[in-house]
Amino acid sequence: MRRSMSVAVLGGLLAVSTLAGCGGDKEAGSTGGGDDKIVLGFSQVGAESGWRTANTESIKASAKAAGIELKFSDAQGKQENQISDIRGFITQKVDVIAFSPVVTSGWDAVLKEAKDANIPVILTDRAVDSQDTSLYKSFIGSDFKVEGEKAGEWLAKEYEGKTGDVNIVELQGTTGSAPAIDRQTGFAEKIKANPNLKVVKTQTGDFKRADGKTVMETFLQSTPKIDVLYAHNDDMGLGAIEAIEAAGKVPGKDIKIITVDAVRDGMTALAAGKINFIVECSPLLGDQLMEVVKKVNKGETVEKRILTKEGTFTPEQAKTELPNRKY
Amino acid sequence: MTILKNRLFWPSLILAILLGINMFTSQQFLMIQDGHLFGTLIDILRGSAPLILVALGMTLVIATGGIDLSVGSVMAISGAVACLLISELGDQNSVGSVLLIIGIAIGASLLLGLWNGVLVAAVGIQPIIATLILMVAGRGVAQLITEGQIINVRSEPYATLGSGFFLAVPVAFLIAAAAVVLTILLTRRTALGLLLESVGGSPTASRLAGIGARRITIMVYVVAGGLAGLAGLIYSANIRSADSISAGSLIELDAILAVVIGGTALIGGRFSVAGTVLGAILIQTLTVTVVAIDIRPEANLLFKAVVVVALCLSQSPDFRAKVFGRFKSRPAAREVAAA
Repeated sequence: MRRSMSVAVLGGLLAVSTLAGCGGDKEAGSTGGGDDKIVLGFSQVGAESGWRTANTESIKASAKAAGIELKFSDAQGKQENQISDIRGFITQKVDVIAFSPVVTSGWDAVLKEAKDANIPVILTDRAVDSQDTSLYKSFIGSDFKVEGEKAGEWLAKEYEGKTGDVNIVELQGTTGSAPAIDRQTGFAEKIKANPNLKVVKTQTGDFKRADGKTVMETFLQSTPKIDVLYAHNDDMGLGAIEAIEAAGKVPGKDIKIITVDAVRDGMTALAAGKINFIVECSPLLGDQLMEVVKKVNKGETVEKRILTKEGTFTPEQAKTELPNRKY
Repeated sequence: MTILKNRLFWPSLILAILLGINMFTSQQFLMIQDGHLFGTLIDILRGSAPLILVALGMTLVIATGGIDLSVGSVMAISGAVACLLISELGDQNSVGSVLLIIGIAIGASLLLGLWNGVLVAAVGIQPIIATLILMVAGRGVAQLITEGQIINVRSEPYATLGSGFFLAVPVAFLIAAAAVVLTILLTRRTALGLLLESVGGSPTASRLAGIGARRITIMVYVVAGGLAGLAGLIYSANIRSADSISAGSLIELDAILAVVIGGTALIGGRFSVAGTVLGAILIQTLTVTVVAIDIRPEANLLFKAVVVVALCLSQSPDFRAKVFGRFKSRPAAREVAAA
């Protein structure tokens, strides 16, 4: 009996202290904006790929250049880590919070806490599916559908005025992932107008080199004539090049190759003429992020959806760009 | 009817059906191109080499009643070590240096296997937990070695391991075949196989009978580590790069499946090397068939699951008795009624 009493008392104390904590945050949030140096809390997905590492480095470098104090945390691919990181930023009373959500759902509660504490939130690279869009100020990142469209446009132009059938095979990313779905639909929409451009086979290569190679081997055996390969990232394309070469064909000539990403390995193959066209998916969004951070900190309104500045590359452009590729 | 009761009959039948499908869908099932064998069948044999090696090690570990979850991570580490060292070579095409590096990578894998073996046999941690440690930590180690990047190599001798041909047959498959033959000879022509099975049956009874159960247990984990390392080298040589994040990811499950399809029970004891090889080739053929017959990416895991479930059911004597027993008993019943 005595024990349960003490538990109740302790629970009561905790509840009071949490309430007090919330109140304190609110007051600090309204005055905290007046500091001369902006404090940005950033929670990264993890370090799962070279692309992600370049993304992290870009954010760190841009923060330094913009004179913004960066509190960086790595969620190691886990949503629960990321939620506790964001709660940490709220208690530390940072001026702005930015993060790349590990998954799309389940953010409403923690984003509400940030909003109640008057801390603006910016999403980078990946979106959340919250119905209440007032929970975040802006989303900076690539539009995967536009990337697919760029790839489709290039192909339609490449075969402009030609009527012969063009057999396309597609290496998809991880089944069900946003980039895989959007890159597929964007591409399909742009080639729809040309009935001679046909996607004859489409299969997942899980964004991996080895899987890209295995699937391409089977494509080559089971499809009589392949003219074009569209791979949703450079790595699968690079794996497929190995398979094409092993089959005694010349990548880039016998089979035209389009990929997405433009990481250094992909650009090297592009410069060597083994890939014909790469649509960039840039991790270097640091500068754009810092601009938005400064604006929201001043209370200015920003665009809800900001696209990363990215281009496309042909083999000639790749040769000049390659020495500058950091990732 | 005795052939129907052989536990390898059903996997063989399904493999034959899958290969039959591939013969129809493929333009080039088996032919000679550029002076070597070429075609879907060769792709399957070459592609299944890493899984055969990993599953071979897994068979021995499972025979002693253990399990090794760390094989995928060991693959990643061995590929990472090899590619890192080769990329720093002055002349990447030097055969001697590449062979030395292959030796170092396999040596490292054997050490990782020794770590597992010591945890299981000397410290006495349950195999699933002991190897889980390396499964999780090992992938981190591999990423640390490559600094999270994909390391590319331009070494022809190294690439031969994954995509080269010797006497018109893929080198990767020859390596796997050699490992299989060696294992069969060692386990079936010496007392080793018997000792393995006795340790799997009862480690305590084996020890009391004078068998060095602890030493044998450590040995199988070391062998499994070495074979996984070799598989990792073939995997990375195949794509001429070390991809520490995806190399060998989830291969432990495919390897366990291959062992189970081959008729080795997970509780240890009796084991079948030939069955495991059959299982590994079957899994690779299934992966290729999914693409060849144009199953939608969303449905492709489901297709594999259906085949595996059908296969496992067909291997169960109880299930067979229920389904086929009915067909057999009816005429007999009628005869009785007629009499």
